[in-house]
Amino acid sequence: MNRKLIGIVTVLAVVVAAAALQSPTFLSGPSVESLLARTALYGLLSIGAAFVIVTGGIDLSIGSVLCLAGLAPPFLVLELGWPIAAAFAAALALALVLGVLHGVLVTRLDLQPFVVTLCGLLVYRGLARGVTGDASVGWAERHREVAWLVERIPVTDAFAITPPMLVLLVVAVAATLVMTRTVLGRYLLALGNNREAARLSGIPTERTVVVAYAISGALAGLAGVLFVVDSVGGKAASLGNFYELYAIAGAVLGGCSLRGGEASIPGVVLGAGLMQVVLSAVRQTGIDTEIEFAIVGGVILVWVVAEELLRRAWRRRARG
Amino acid sequence: MTAPASSPAGAPVPLLEVRGLGKRFPGVVALAGVDLRVDAGEVVAVIGENGAGKSTLMKVVAGVHEPDAGELRWCGEPVRIDSVRRAAELGIALIHQELNLCDNLSVGANVLLGREPGRRLGWLVPRAVDAAARPFLARVGLDVDPRTPLGRLAMGPRQLVEIAKALSQDARLLIMDEPTSSLSFDETERLCRVIDELRAQGCAVLYISHRLGEVERVADRVIGLRDGRPSGALERGAIDHRAMVRLMVGRELEVRPRARRDSGARPVRLAIEGLRSATWPEHAVDLQVHAGEIVGLAGLVGAGRSELLEAVFGAARALAGRVAVDGVALPRGHGVRDAVAAGLAFVPEDRKERGAVLRMSALANTTLASLPEHRRAGGRWAGVLDGGRERATFGRVAARLDLRCKGPGQPVATLSGGNQQKVVLGRWLARDAQVLLLDEPTRGVDIGAKDEIYKRMEELAAQGCAILFASSELAELLALADRIVVMHEGAVAGELRAERATEELVMALATGAGTRAAVEATT
Repeated sequence: MNRKLIGIVTVLAVVVAAAALQSPTFLSGPSVESLLARTALYGLLSIGAAFVIVTGGIDLSIGSVLCLAGLAPPFLVLELGWPIAAAFAAALALALVLGVLHGVLVTRLDLQPFVVTLCGLLVYRGLARGVTGDASVGWAERHREVAWLVERIPVTDAFAITPPMLVLLVVAVAATLVMTRTVLGRYLLALGNNREAARLSGIPTERTVVVAYAISGALAGLAGVLFVVDSVGGKAASLGNFYELYAIAGAVLGGCSLRGGEASIPGVVLGAGLMQVVLSAVRQTGIDTEIEFAIVGGVILVWVVAEELLRRAWRRRARG
Repeated sequence: MTAPASSPAGAPVPLLEVRGLGKRFPGVVALAGVDLRVDAGEVVAVIGENGAGKSTLMKVVAGVHEPDAGELRWCGEPVRIDSVRRAAELGIALIHQELNLCDNLSVGANVLLGREPGRRLGWLVPRAVDAAARPFLARVGLDVDPRTPLGRLAMGPRQLVEIAKALSQDARLLIMDEPTSSLSFDETERLCRVIDELRAQGCAVLYISHRLGEVERVADRVIGLRDGRPSGALERGAIDHRAMVRLMVGRELEVRPRARRDSGARPVRLAIEGLRSATWPEHAVDLQVHAGEIVGLAGLVGAGRSELLEAVFGAARALAGRVAVDGVALPRGHGVRDAVAAGLAFVPEDRKERGAVLRMSALANTTLASLPEHRRAGGRWAGVLDGGRERATFGRVAARLDLRCKGPGQPVATLSGGNQQKVVLGRWLARDAQVLLLDEPTRGVDIGAKDEIYKRMEELAAQGCAILFASSELAELLALADRIVVMHEGAVAGELRAERATEELVMALATGAGTRAAVEATT
């Protein structure tokens, strides 16, 4: 685990250094601020994905849950006249309930996580588009009552902290503590490693897996609410497209194994950050943005191949 | 049919001849000094207790394992069988306990899998496959359309498909490893007739089975193995149930029998009444274990010992029956969590797959079943763990079991088999479980560690625990148990007090066929 953390920090440092050499503005205040702001939102998604991945499952519905829960508050407030607090509460509750639903289907009916959450991906986006009529939904002129959610807190003239960054910090610290210091975290790691041994030890494996999907759903909802405030609004057809893949990629870069049983939350946050650094670097160093997917995919592939080769080398050294 | 080749002296050259065969695995001598001769048109049965080395012998002949010592001759020529492919080239086919067939393909496609006739540029001609498969199906007396999906056949016919597949590869020696373990009585009889037929066609068969009745029925010769060494042979005419039991047992005890106490006066800790497992719904099992008592479950592979333990623990739901711990009944259809709450503990047979969480530390494995009790006083609601309390528990359990590890953080995967088993057992001691269900507790553990596990079991019993353990090693059962419950095909075939139990008696009950006669004859 520590080895993986050192690895991701090293890669992050190398990519940042390379980008800074290529583009002098890469380490400027506004650039770093936008980088961290985006990392804050994607980091939340990756942490949620990590909770599911550690159980050996997968959550493909993250992007669609984000879209549905993110568009719900402005829709409820502006179209239906709900109070703001109630609209936010309803959006987060909806995301949580969808996560619980995935978990129940995966455990009680023993359905495959891939299939369950793939259906979620399709259904929630379809619902969001249907309800909003594919029109752009958003906080008109950034509704005064919600603007504080993304209000910049200036540190220097060129750099400010935004509330989503603080939200990520709180969530990341809490998630790290849950994973390493609580009964729930120990259960997640144990059942991700060996579900049968966990079951035979009297661990409530089904309930624990449901909690993991609930956390993923809730964090996708939270990120969605913040996204929509931050970007003033969005369209159901595009908001959150592919975000589940970014979330999973961040978790994998951060050291999660899709076989389950392994997760380091700090690693996952750094993984999400690395994704954003690579994307920013692509945009700022003048590489054609059309090929950014190819570059992101390439970076992930290089990283997992390198990791596997290093692991084999270590094992060979440990043996011989 | 090939006429047996003749040596200059005139005696037929054996099809397969094995001399002085030896095979070691880390920590275990699996085979030593084994001789074996099989002639064309002969059925040779190999018998022995579980772990006597029968399967290893078969695997060496079939090219799965390479021997460390000894010589193999095929039709008189020295050969090296270093792969399954090489064995197949020679004409040796191994028919596994778990059949190697594809459920989703047709019977004909299975028979000729990988050698489909009439394929041009990768196109299959189903009719050619069916036509080519038919004669082989006829040879094993299987009257099904080659186009039938294999998944529709019962276990018996599948076995015959597997044999037809071997015949289609020109097999001259068929090795059958427990071929009847999942067959019904009628299917077994049918298989015996097919074996008779194959013998008449000049095929040789090496046959492993626990079921002495069918060995008596089909074998021309019987070879006994005990602890990997030959324990004798029986020629046709001398093959009977008692003689075979004598070949199988008589192993030296590695452990000194423990001093036994009369536990009849002690309270019953575990009471099992009318328990029916899903595997053997027709048999209800009643059993009691007293405080301080060690009860051994004997039986052959597939006799239902594991199923009983799993049903008691709720790992597999029982169909009917009641389990009570210290007089308190568990809820009907109880699950693992009910059992654990009642103070039951279970150590499964497959330690790596179902017992230890290999990639977690020794400490995390030890406290896994009692984490809620290790919460920090200040953070109970959030389930925050108290590291100090966890380490204290680990220290206590490790000392009690004499666990050898570099420290609490050592991953269980890197511990020896014996110490892994102690960690799994320790998980239950950490929550002071008083009724222990152990399934083959010394499987895959080296000799020294076995002794230690025996000692720990005795200590736990002396402290008042009730222990019910299943074992395939007669010596272990006889040395450790106060009482031995013998199972046969899902039912309790008999119960023996330790002081009266002998290997012959246990084996006679466990093999079922001719049970009463054998038991009466020995007592």
